[in-house]
Amino acid sequence: METLSFEFPAGQPPRGRTLVGCVGSGDLEVLIEPGQSGKLTITVQTSVNGSEQRWQHLFARMFEGQMPAAMDIDIHDFGATPGVVRLRLEQGFEEIGHD
Amino acid sequence: MTDSASLLNKHSFVELGARQRAKALLDAGTFRELLDPFQRVMSPWLARQGVVPQADDGVVIAKGSLDGLPVVIAAIEGAFQGGSLGEVGGAKIAGALELAAEDNRKGIPTRAVLLLETGGVRLQEANLGLAAIADIHAAIVDLRQYQPVVGVVAGSVGCFGGMSIAAGLCSYLLVTQEARLGLNGPQVIEQEAGLEEYDSRDRPFIWSLTGGEQRFASGLVDRYVADDAAQIRQQIGDLFKLGLPTRQRSQQADLYLQRLARLNAEPQIEPCVVRDLYQGERS
Repeated sequence: METLSFEFPAGQPPRGRTLVGCVGSGDLEVLIEPGQSGKLTITVQTSVNGSEQRWQHLFARMFEGQMPAAMDIDIHDFGATPGVVRLRLEQGFEEIGHD
Repeated sequence: MTDSASLLNKHSFVELGARQRAKALLDAGTFRELLDPFQRVMSPWLARQGVVPQADDGVVIAKGSLDGLPVVIAAIEGAFQGGSLGEVGGAKIAGALELAAEDNRKGIPTRAVLLLETGGVRLQEANLGLAAIADIHAAIVDLRQYQPVVGVVAGSVGCFGGMSIAAGLCSYLLVTQEARLGLNGPQVIEQEAGLEEYDSRDRPFIWSLTGGEQRFASGLVDRYVADDAAQIRQQIGDLFKLGLPTRQRSQQADLYLQRLARLNAEPQIEPCVVRDLYQGERS
């Protein structure tokens, strides 16, 4: 298991918070809360060691060409594939967008 | 003929996660979670052993109302560590049940529903998990003096180990066809008794002995319900309306022991033999 931290430039914080997913096999849990204005922080606790580059690329690709909201994102990952991670994040963003 | 409209309107309960299950049972808009995941009361033991923790430690405690009356629901998330109970998750359930008993002593008729999807104690937390499960047992026995405690085993994890004893202590038990209920899980029995005696990969065999239908037919559970959220909710409401059972099942231990004493353990056991044995002499 390893713990990784990431930071990206961001816009304004969202109002709501949300939880999606579960720390089950091949899945992950994502907790999204409003962060400090201008900053998006992500902490990943993952069961897969040596995966920092993969997470970095995944986030960079997701936020490319768009300014994400200022959030504190906490991820507890249990071996999710990049596709599942992306789906869970998009599910979370959609949920805070509805608040 | 298959009624396609009713099939399309059916909402599976088994497929729901712990939080969604609690919401599906409560009256609309009354769901309120105690120690929600954003409080991050997590297991302090898992990360030290290289296991990723979950923000709610796999247990959701929800308060609200069911048919307009106060209820607390403890829902175990079977997908996280097999629904195993450690120090935090166990304390959440025990604490919720203790608060419900306290409510009743103050004249608030809080009832409890346990959604059990668990292999029992979390081995990584050893004695702390065992102690928490003992607390849960004591809290069920305390609360059931005042209000029925309804246990639900929907599947697909089932309910085993120390938490199967918790299930046995409940005033009423409700299961689906997906459910399994047993003191030892199939793999543990296979390891102890041998593959010839008990093949844990033989699913029809396992369900024929520990599955929901078999447990209902043996009189060890009170309701056998289809995997449908609305029907499960309805049946739980009906069980609460029955009030306290005249005799708790766990108080009839002598009767069950007498019946089990008649078992001939020599031949391979058949499901129908188990049913007849548990049902006793039919009048």
